[in-house]
Amino acid sequence: MTDIAMTTWEGRRRSVDLSIPTFVLLALLLSVLVILPLFWIIYYAFRSDANGAFTFANFAALVTDPTLLRAYGLAVGMAFAVGVLSCAIATPMAWLVARTDLPGRKFIRVLVTASFVTPPFLGAIAYEILAAPNSGIINVLYRKIFGLDPAVVLVNIYTMSGLVFAIACFTFPYVFTLVANALDKVPSDLEDASAILGGKALTTLRRVTFPLVLPAMLAGTLIAILQSLTMFGSPAILALPAGFHVITTKIWSLFQFPPQLGLAAASAIPLLIITVILLRAQKMVLGRKGYTVLGGKSGSPRIVKLGKWKWAAGLFVLAVLSMTIILPYGAIFKTAFTNTASDPLNLQTITLKHWNFVLFEFSATQLALRNTFLLGILTATGVTIVALVTAYLVTRRSIPGSNYLGLLATAPIAIPGIVLGVGLFLSYANPTFQLYGTIWILLIAFMTIELPAGYQQMSSSFAGVHPELEEAGRIMGASRLRTLWDITTPLLRTSVIAAWCFVFVGTIRELSATILLTTANTKLVSVIIYDLNESGDLGAICVLGIILLIASFAVVYVANNVPVLGRSREPQTT
Amino acid sequence: MWKRALTATLVIAGMAMASHARAQAPEPYAITPELIAAAQKDGKVVFYTATDVAVAEKLAELFKKTYSGIDVQVERAGSERVFQRVGQEISSGIYNADVIETSDAVHFEYFKRQSWLVPMVPDEVAKKWPEDEKDPDGYFAAYRAHLSVIAYRTDLLPEADAPKTWTDLLDPKYKGKMVKAHPGYSGTVMTATFVLQELLGWDFFEKLGQQQVMQVQSSTEPPKKLAQGERALEIDGNEYNIFRLQDEGVPIKIVYPAEGTPLAVGNAAVLANSPHPEAAKLFYAFLFSREAQQLNSDSGGLRSFHPEVKEKTSRTPLSQIKLLHLDPAKLEPMIQEIKSNYEKYFGT
Repeated sequence: MTDIAMTTWEGRRRSVDLSIPTFVLLALLLSVLVILPLFWIIYYAFRSDANGAFTFANFAALVTDPTLLRAYGLAVGMAFAVGVLSCAIATPMAWLVARTDLPGRKFIRVLVTASFVTPPFLGAIAYEILAAPNSGIINVLYRKIFGLDPAVVLVNIYTMSGLVFAIACFTFPYVFTLVANALDKVPSDLEDASAILGGKALTTLRRVTFPLVLPAMLAGTLIAILQSLTMFGSPAILALPAGFHVITTKIWSLFQFPPQLGLAAASAIPLLIITVILLRAQKMVLGRKGYTVLGGKSGSPRIVKLGKWKWAAGLFVLAVLSMTIILPYGAIFKTAFTNTASDPLNLQTITLKHWNFVLFEFSATQLALRNTFLLGILTATGVTIVALVTAYLVTRRSIPGSNYLGLLATAPIAIPGIVLGVGLFLSYANPTFQLYGTIWILLIAFMTIELPAGYQQMSSSFAGVHPELEEAGRIMGASRLRTLWDITTPLLRTSVIAAWCFVFVGTIRELSATILLTTANTKLVSVIIYDLNESGDLGAICVLGIILLIASFAVVYVANNVPVLGRSREPQTT
Repeated sequence: MWKRALTATLVIAGMAMASHARAQAPEPYAITPELIAAAQKDGKVVFYTATDVAVAEKLAELFKKTYSGIDVQVERAGSERVFQRVGQEISSGIYNADVIETSDAVHFEYFKRQSWLVPMVPDEVAKKWPEDEKDPDGYFAAYRAHLSVIAYRTDLLPEADAPKTWTDLLDPKYKGKMVKAHPGYSGTVMTATFVLQELLGWDFFEKLGQQQVMQVQSSTEPPKKLAQGERALEIDGNEYNIFRLQDEGVPIKIVYPAEGTPLAVGNAAVLANSPHPEAAKLFYAFLFSREAQQLNSDSGGLRSFHPEVKEKTSRTPLSQIKLLHLDPAKLEPMIQEIKSNYEKYFGT
């Protein structure tokens, strides 16, 4: 530690404390990111599309237009169904993985966490290939095996329940991670107490363990609800063929020519309000989380022996993993290498046609890949730096008013992607700010969307670093920012890299704000996948999906293995 | 701003057409070595198109082979989204596109009124194109045409069971078997919806909406759903995609009902303030060349107005099909109504 302080000791004594200017700068930046788009949404919501005059007509349409009401109703229903289903799948699985002797449970945990990388829209396309009523692989096999009539349909993904299922497959990792972590922390002494008092295993589970992880379950469910409510890609791919709109696709359709900007802005506002309400609910639930770790971590968690239930549990986990990972990826790989998705797989049907098209014929590929990774890296780096400095100022409370910074950095979580897209379009697509059509508008969008996640990660890890190390740096004469950079950051290296990767992955799978903000020169892979889906080129989509996934895993791997922060290779301070 | 302008223009659409000052079309131009050299200096041309992406990329390939040193950036989306994008860009002061092409004829009347186009007439268009298929003022010309057709998988639907007329589609035996593209997204389907609505009334669509139709977006998509075997019958979709699939050996047949088949004309034009004006001029002339048009016909299955283009004998010539033509001036004021009626009957 003294090593670090010594090496750059010279010259620091005279340096000015930059925390106040940094504070002001950050406050300004965050305000522009968060408040400006919201302001324009509200402005346009009260503005008539026809003549630009002040009007309540847009809000009146919200209550009177049956198509909008229906879209809202369906979206809310869908979101709650996804929440309940995710929770129902994730909770037993988390328990099996965290608290039983199920074989391979560590691996299962890694697998579920890795499945977070799958963009939901890619998952939806995979399920089109698997479970379309006539050509879906599952239906074709089912009919073949039982020799049934072609009119028989086992599963149909183009329905409300199909949509709910396809979204839940890719939102359940949120609930799973939260519940599994909570189960890790449940103090075993409470469960021991129950067992000593004669409680059977099931009674202990029901009366002690379950209530202790209930807050985590509810919080996870709320996240799943929020995610699906504001999701654009999966509903656009599955709900439109089924013949219904949810609110995000409806807002998007209002941008069709001639665009109804006022109505689009007004219809975004209830979505914002619902999101805020859900987040408040989550906060209330999580506010009680204190008692889950009441006894601290006392000993290792109790492991339940499954015994004869091992097979049933194994089958359940295998079924879940098949539906969320094995089948979708299998379908994507198969489609990438065969002529059409429903062709049987054998040596004759294997073709590199789609690879050839994507890599050599399709002129948008290279540009989109370059843009996607450039933006991913820029956003991840930008967000990590802003989140690091903000979290430092907030947790160390070095400046009065720094709490507001935390509030601003968390606020975007309440802005659904499509609403932010509308807001940014209104803010920056005018002759004054000519940002529309450049990658900068996308950078602004992504930074705003990802900031809350980055900030949450950084601030929780700051709480784990004792200020005494920083105080030592300060006593030696370093400014706050030097201390942050030289001492705290290296200590937080793992969390910084984790946050960076998290933001990176989040960026490259974003579609809902992107869809409104890209132009020809700012194409992203997610958008060309969506465009290709509209013209039915499934083979090309699967190739792009595979490239996207491999590249994201590579970036995450490199980020974890290359010392990004210059000083982190120095003495192992921790 | 362009929204306000549009609202005004929608009201006076018909009048505007009549009172539009008739400028003389500019002198036709040929592809000269000077033009090629100037285009090579530009180095690149950006093509916003609604033609199927594989067809458009093939065309770009031919251009790059013919005129070395000029890159072609193909931006493909459904007609209505190309229109939306260009509108958003130009009203934000962004000039990305050089040459534009969509299958909705209304767009080009609109672009022309907004002064977003540069008038120019390639030699080939001046000499060989039918009068009806080019703008009298030289702002745009019909680069391609195709039909929006009923088609079915012969292995999934026996020929005897196939529909013969539009109203046959209302038969309950087709329930859950049909796929259809969306007029809010596809210019072809917007055109088709309008002419069919003139022919059969909204009543037809209301009943069609009860048939559990699978709804897709682009008119390139229904043929692909047939190829996948996801549905047996398409209500609308590009004829040229069907031709391409037939060439690949997919068992699909087209139905040309006696009542008529909607014709969608895809115009092309060069945009004002284009970033690569010389390359745009060259590319525009290339689009109408016999070679490009023949390629579109052979590998793309598109119909051409070039008199020297030879169609494959397997295709029914246009002269033997009853066509439903569109009057763009009539469609333009109806767009909003079509979209809201459509949402009422089909849900999206």
